[in-house]
This record gives sequence, structure tokens and C-alpha cells, in this order.
Amino acid sequence: MSEPVIKCQSVYKIFGANAEKMLKEANGNVDAKTFQENGCIVGVNNASFEVSKGEMLVVMGLSGSGKSTLLRCISRLTDATGGKIFIEGQDLLNLNNKELIDLRRNKMGMVFQSFALLPHKTVLENIAFPLQIKGIKTEDSINKAMDMVKLVGLDGRENYFPRELSGGQQQRVGIARSLAVEPDIWFLDEPFSALDPLIRKEMQDEFLRLQEKLQKTIMFITHDFDEALKLADRIAIMKDGIIEQLDTPANIVLNPATEYVRKFTEEVPREKVLLIKDVMDEITSDHMGDIKVSKDEIIENVAEKILTQEKSVAVTDGKNNIVGSINPAKIINTVFGGRKK
Amino acid sequence: MELLKKYPKLFQWLFLLAVFFALCFAIDVPETYKFIRGQAEFVKDPNQSAFVFLGKEVRYYAFDVFWRLPPLLGWLPIWINDSLFFLMNDWMPMEFWNEDTQEYKTRPLVLQITRNLTAFMTFLIELIREILLGGLETIVAFTSWDWIDANPWAELPGLPWTIVAAGSAILAYKLGGKGLALYALLSMTYISIFGQWKPSMQTLSFILVAAPLSFIFGLGLGVAAYKSKRVEKALYPILLVMQTMPQYAVLVPALVLFGVGDHAAVIITMIVAVPPMILLTLLGLRAVPPEVIEAGRMSGCNNWQLMSKVLIPTARRDILIGVNQVIMVCFSMAVISAFIGAKGLGFNLLLALNQLNIGLALEAGLCISLIAILLDKMSLAWANKQVDYFGNLNFFQRNKNSLFFGVIVIVGILLAYFGSIYFKDGYNYLFEVPHNKGISTADFWNKGVDWIFDTFFVYIKAFNTWLIVDVLQPMRALYLRMPAIATLVLVVGAGYLIGGVRSALVVCGLTLFIALSPWWDRALVTTYMATFGVLVSCTIGFTVGTLCFQNKHSTNFMLNVCDIFQTFPSFVYLIPVMMLFGITDTSVLIAVIVYATIPATRYTIEGLRSVPAGLHDAATMSGVTKFQRLFKIEFPLAFPHMMLGLNQTIVFALFMVIIGAFIGTEDLGQYILKALSDKKGAGIGLTLGICVAFIGLIFDNLIRTWVGQRKKHLGID
Repeated sequence: MSEPVIKCQSVYKIFGANAEKMLKEANGNVDAKTFQENGCIVGVNNASFEVSKGEMLVVMGLSGSGKSTLLRCISRLTDATGGKIFIEGQDLLNLNNKELIDLRRNKMGMVFQSFALLPHKTVLENIAFPLQIKGIKTEDSINKAMDMVKLVGLDGRENYFPRELSGGQQQRVGIARSLAVEPDIWFLDEPFSALDPLIRKEMQDEFLRLQEKLQKTIMFITHDFDEALKLADRIAIMKDGIIEQLDTPANIVLNPATEYVRKFTEEVPREKVLLIKDVMDEITSDHMGDIKVSKDEIIENVAEKILTQEKSVAVTDGKNNIVGSINPAKIINTVFGGRKK
Repeated sequence: MELLKKYPKLFQWLFLLAVFFALCFAIDVPETYKFIRGQAEFVKDPNQSAFVFLGKEVRYYAFDVFWRLPPLLGWLPIWINDSLFFLMNDWMPMEFWNEDTQEYKTRPLVLQITRNLTAFMTFLIELIREILLGGLETIVAFTSWDWIDANPWAELPGLPWTIVAAGSAILAYKLGGKGLALYALLSMTYISIFGQWKPSMQTLSFILVAAPLSFIFGLGLGVAAYKSKRVEKALYPILLVMQTMPQYAVLVPALVLFGVGDHAAVIITMIVAVPPMILLTLLGLRAVPPEVIEAGRMSGCNNWQLMSKVLIPTARRDILIGVNQVIMVCFSMAVISAFIGAKGLGFNLLLALNQLNIGLALEAGLCISLIAILLDKMSLAWANKQVDYFGNLNFFQRNKNSLFFGVIVIVGILLAYFGSIYFKDGYNYLFEVPHNKGISTADFWNKGVDWIFDTFFVYIKAFNTWLIVDVLQPMRALYLRMPAIATLVLVVGAGYLIGGVRSALVVCGLTLFIALSPWWDRALVTTYMATFGVLVSCTIGFTVGTLCFQNKHSTNFMLNVCDIFQTFPSFVYLIPVMMLFGITDTSVLIAVIVYATIPATRYTIEGLRSVPAGLHDAATMSGVTKFQRLFKIEFPLAFPHMMLGLNQTIVFALFMVIIGAFIGTEDLGQYILKALSDKKGAGIGLTLGICVAFIGLIFDNLIRTWVGQRKKHLGID
């Protein structure tokens, strides 16, 4: 397997006057309470994970859980107090200022919750900003920015100022800006949280469309569990700076690791989240009907089809090979059963 | 006992007052006490005793430790003075090349530096002045007088007033639209027709030099303070003192360093105008959302790019509000600097007031006010103006204002040319209306003043006498009757009760400085006048503010009135009161009251307006009457903000009391005025200024601490 794009090894971020000293003394056993008594606040507590190329890792947590702090450690907007972070094998914390700026100018893009557009620049200028900072000629940067405007569907508004745009449109600009330098790594810090529910859904779909096309390595922060389920390849759930569980959406829904995680999964409409492949059984020997369902379908879409059958239904992969089976009882069990222990 | 438990604070305060009054009654006025007690001046009096500190002899009249503290700091002004003189005349003599005599000359370093600065400033001022008015100095600076004699054509011609007036109208149009343009055009035309063109342009040229320089320094220091905590900490006390220091007091040391004239005034103006710029730059940069900064960083900005392309443009509005402040401070300094010989409207005003020619003073004052409003509105319009996209416009659309200005210039020159043919023998009115040839309304006003005096003399006099004999004199006597020890106990006790030990120590230090300086009595007189002014101002301001707040239109109207009045340099307020009350304490106090009522009113309205709308609705739904709402909800919540208004009122009142010295008071201001004409006055002037600043800071500290706690308690902010 190739080198992971982002690799964190027991990253700590502790705020406070003598955070480093206390961390050393704690010997890898950081207890938020004792730290707080000594005037330190633990932001990120022993985070270790990897993100491989083209993968989307969604970090989910409530406010104050340290998810934004974790992201800022990895983009080095703040310096981690302890641990190691590797970006494509480069030790992030050992980069000097110039190397860091280089890395950001070429490899990283970031989208912010409050859009963070420059109020004195037009849409086009905002998008061209990272390119111009890099020292690219004005004409080239404007051309490139114009491509980005088209990519996010803002053509015709390129000469508007941020104040003249709606929230959704502003975030499109933010997205375009973060993509202008064609970064490999894409950070999104609660990009859709400030938007209205309908716009949010539209932007999520748009985002999935973009990702399908661009295949970036993504770290996506959100406090919305449904959003995490919808977008993620893998989800990391954080609480009080600790990653409680890091797994695929299906596994998190089906096998929550802690009580805290389970609370989130309780209200989740499983039929809308789980795919057939997440719940299918082995190929059974008993007779299966003529009906087949794809393993990548969401349960909700095929439930009616399966539930009208009495026997198991064959599950196929993309090439129409049978890879498993599923019976109506399993569907009913998944959707309605097994929630309370 | 239960009462005591219920209101512990109240009893502490009562106890403090009891101690204070006990001390007041226990300590008798010593028989040897004279109003003028200690002097840091050079007049000898056989009744004086003396002590020597660090080689400085301090003379003072007899004192009694409880009654008045000895002037232990009496050496400070002398020491400051001597150090300044030493710096200027003896420190680090060096060889400098002298252009005029073509030889090396030995000169102390500081003297050389100040002389060079002076020359540079003079050059800048002359340059702008001559662009506006015409003249020789700039050309001379590059050539020589001989060359000018040989080439008499080489003179900057100056701009005809038509061009300047139309130009300012265009600028006003660009910044603020038609209304402002019309105002600019009308006021410039008025200034010209009424023969105030030359002094107005002199004042304007002063501002055009002082404001940009102050802006650059203020922005630079503000950025430095933003980037480094250490710089901020170093600047903080200076900023604090400068906020409450009367502008007038800084003039004195400038005299010693830079002499008399516009250049000294510009330099000193910068010292006064830079602090607000620093504060607003800092405020603006701090207010930039952290995510915008992060976005800049993630775009790969280095520090310089982050500052110049992200932070400063994003903080544009606050920074431009700073520019507005700078311009207004420069303007009011341009007027006050007349005391150290700056030319312009302020000088004319000062002259007119000195001659008691109220009519002339009014004319100058009116011009000052017109220009003040114009500058204020224009710079505010600039701050509030948002950037527009003009990439899709063609050349003519984009540059229509500049092109229009070009046309105006040509037309103006042609007009001036025709004017020179038409008005062959006299003055070219299309170029500049000379000072004595404009329409003058001075006589009219003077007659008006005479009429008022003739008609109302009896009433004014009666009012005057009543106020002075029955109110002011007793109040003054009461203030002076306070033993220093009692005052100290009262102030420190208040500090302790409000802000704990820390506040008590700060306040104690500030009070001790004044008490140990040779001017405690004078400071008491200043305080008494300020107190009287503040009491009346607050009563008026709070009442008017509350009444106006009852209606949306009157609220906006009142805020606008405050805005306009606040732009006038404090000096202008002396004109109408002198017109009515002549040269008395009453005049000063009325000026103080008028001036200090502005912040009292404004903060009352703002405070009441800041009460959340939801609370209003909630109160209405609980069925309160208008009065109940006012007293149970609006006042308690608005009170902290109103107290900040009180703070501002005190500062404004102090400034005015000090300026009032010009009319004739016998407080600290009078001594500052004296120091201005005293060769060795620098130390005295500066120390006196610090004393006034400290009076302000004592109240500032107490009120701010209280407001901070109160706001925390109420959960506002």
C-alpha cells in the first residue's frame, strides 16, 4: 500500500502557559481534568490516524470537541503541542516557515465555516488571490480563476463582491478559492454549517459531484452526523479532544464503539444510510428468486422490492456477479430492530 | 445589623464619607496658608522656604503635612526644563556641514536634528501652501533668493479659489454624493466671498501635511503593536495619558524643541493625532475575523502579504475611521496651535478674541466650523464607502471625475485670466478675494453684541453675579477647604471600594503626583470647575437624551446634532459665550457645559438604544407602563454605558476648563498659558499637562473599573 497522504501519530494540542512541560510530565497519559485544574485546556488528546490518497475523512464532533483544533494542527495554523504529523511523508512540524508557505501554496486548500472571503475583492479576485500570492502572472491567474468560477457554477457573477452574494454563493467562492491552486489535500472546516438546510443539501450534492471529478484527499469537519454519514468514506467521532471511534459510516451505525457514539446512531434512519452490501449475508445455498439488487444501493431504494419477496434476494456487484444474498427478515431487523440493548 | 448585611457596600461608602468629613473638620486651615502656595517658578518671595533635591532648589510657602502635602515633586518641572535645555544646547556636540556659510559648524546633535526636522516640515507646509495660494519659498528652497531676483517669473502661481472650491465639490461628490458636493461648494464659496480664503487655505495646508504624516506613523505603530505584545505594552501608558492630556499642554515643550511657527505646530499635532490612529488601527486589525486570517495563511501568504493584502484591506473601515479622527484632531490642533504661532484661521480667531472683536471672531469661527463639518463628513463618507467594481467601464466612465476636474482647472485658469483683465486696477476677485475685500459681517455682529449687552445687561449681570457669588465662590471655597489628606483618603477609599487594592494603588499614585506637585490648589480649582460643568452637563445631557429617546426621529436628530457639535474645535465654543457673558468665570463654565453636554447626551441615547429589542417586547408583554419600562428596564441596563458617557463628559469638561484659561481662570490652565510665554516654561507646561491628564485618569480608572464590573454582572458584552 502506498504512503498515506496524511499521517498523525499521537497528536496533542494543549492550550495554556506551560502546556509542553505538563504534557511531558503526563507521559502520554493526558487527563483533561487535571490539566484544567492547572490552567491548561486540552484541545486534541492523542489523535492517531491516517488518510490515504483520494479518501474523504470526516471528523465529526460537537462544539468544543477539538475537531477544528485537530484540523488546524494538520494545516499547521496552530502548532501541535506533541506528536508527529506527516504530509506525504514530510514531517510537518519540522518545516521552516518558507517550506510551510510552499506547502500551502501548492498542496493545501482550505474552506472555512464563515467563508472568510476578502471583502474588498470581487469573486474573481478572491479566487485568483492564492494564485497571485504565489506570484503567478495576473492574466494567467485570472484565466485559471475563471475556470474555477465555471466549475462551481458562478459564471456571470464573477465581478460581484462577496457582500452581494448569498451564503451559498459565498461558500462556492470559498470552495473555488481553495481549489484554485489545484491542491492535493483539501481541508473543509464546517463548510456548510452556516447555510440554510435546503442550500446545505444542495451544496453537499454539489460537493460530492466535485469530489467524484477531482478525487482529492479530504479532511472534512462537521458537527452534523447526517452530513458525515452522507459524505464520508470514513468518519472520526471526537469528544473532548479524543477520537472515540474511527470507522466507515456503516460500521459506526451498526457497531458503535462507545455509549457516546451510540447516542448519535440511535436516531439515524438506517434505511437511508446503509447500503445493501453493509447488511447482506453470504451467498446462501437455498433458492433465491429472480430478483437481483445491486450491493451499492441504499436500503431504502430497494426495500420495497425485497420485502415483497418471501425468499432471499440475490445481491450483485457492478459486473452482475452474485456476491451475496439478503432476505426480507434481515431488512426488517436492520431498520427496526436491535437499537436498544 | 440586618440592613448592614443587606447593603454592605452602602455602609462601606458611608463609612468612607464619615472618615472624609471627620478629617475635613479635624484639620484646621493653617494661619499661614495662602492660596498660592508652592511655586516652581523663578520669582523669589521672602516668605518662601526652600529645599534642594538632586541639585535643584525648590521654593515653597509654608505647609502643614495634613493640610497640604509638601511640593516634593517641585524639582520635576525644573529638572525637565534643564534636561531639555541640556539636550538642546550641550549634549553631543558634533560637526555639521552648513550649506549657507559653506563650512563645518559645531552643533549639539538634538539641536541639529530638530532644526533639520523644522526645515523639512517648513518645506512641506510651504509647498502645499504655495500650491493653494502661490508664493516663492518652494522655488527658493531648490534655488536661491538671488536666482529668484534674476528670474522674477519663477513663482508658484497658486490655484484660483474657483478651482479649489470646484475640486473639493468633485471630491465630495465622489465620496458622499450630491448633498455633500453641494455643501462643499457652498461652504468653499462662502469662505472665499467673505474674505477668509487665505487663512482657510493656510489652515488646510497645515492639515494636508499633518494628517498624512500622522496617518503613516499611526498606522505603522498600530501594526507594530498588533504584531508585538511588547510594543503594545510600551505604547499603552502613552496612549492612555494622551487621551486625557489637554492638547494645549503639549504645545509648551514643542516651543522649546522646535520654536514658534507652523512647523512646530505640525510636529506637535502629530504627537496628539497619532494615538487615536494607533488605537483604531489596533481595534480594526483585532476585529478581522480569525478565519479570514487563516484563509490568508492557507493561501500561502507570508507575513508581509498577510498584512498588506489581507489584514489592512479587511480592516479598512476602522482604519479610515482612524483617518477621520486624525483629521479632526489635526484640525482642532490647527486652531489651538495659533498659540505657538501657526498661521491660519486659528490665528485670526485668537487675534480677534484678544481684541474682543466678537464679530471677526464669529466669522473666523464660522469658517472653522464649516471646514470642520466638511472634513468630518468627507472622511466619514470615505470610510463608509464600499469598493466598486469598475473593470467593465471604459476609460471615460472610469475617469470621469478626474477628467471633469481637468476641465474645471482649465476653466478656472481661464476665468482667473479674464479676471485679471477685467479687474485691471484692483484685485482679481476670480483668483482670490483678499482678506479685507470680502463681504464682512463683523460690524453687524458687533452691533448685535452691543445691542444684547445694552438690552440685557442688567439681567446678564444679575445672573452672572448670582452665579459667581452664590454658587461658584462657595463651591470653590469648599473644594479648597479640603485638607489634602482627606481628599487622598476619599479618592483612595473610593478606588478600593470600586476596584480593590489594584485600583486603589493606581488612583493613589495618580493623586499623589498631583498632591506632591506645586499645583495642588490649582488642581482643586480645575476640579471644582470641571465638577460644576459635569454636574450641569450630565443633568442636561441625561434629561435631553432620555426625552429624545422617546421618539425615533428626535433620537436621530439629536445624534446628528451631537455629531456636528463634536466636530467643532473646542476653541470655537468660547466665541458665543464671550459674546454674551464677557470675560468671567461664567463664560468659561457655560462653554464647559455646552461642550461637555455633547457626550453626556450621546452616550445616554446610545445606552438606551443598546437595550435589546427582545427585552423591550418582553417588558411590553408583561404590561409595563412607559415609566416603569424606563426606570425598571432601560435605565438599569443603559446605566453602564451612560457612565462611560460620564467619563467622556469629564474629559471634555477638563479640556474646556483648560482652554478657558484664555478667558481668564486661575486654575492649572492659566499656568499652562503662562508657561507658553515663559522661556523656561517647558517643564512647567508638561508637568501641568500631566497633572490635568491625571485628574482625568483618576476618574477614568474609577468609572471604567465600575462599568466593567457592572457589565459583567449584567452579562452585557
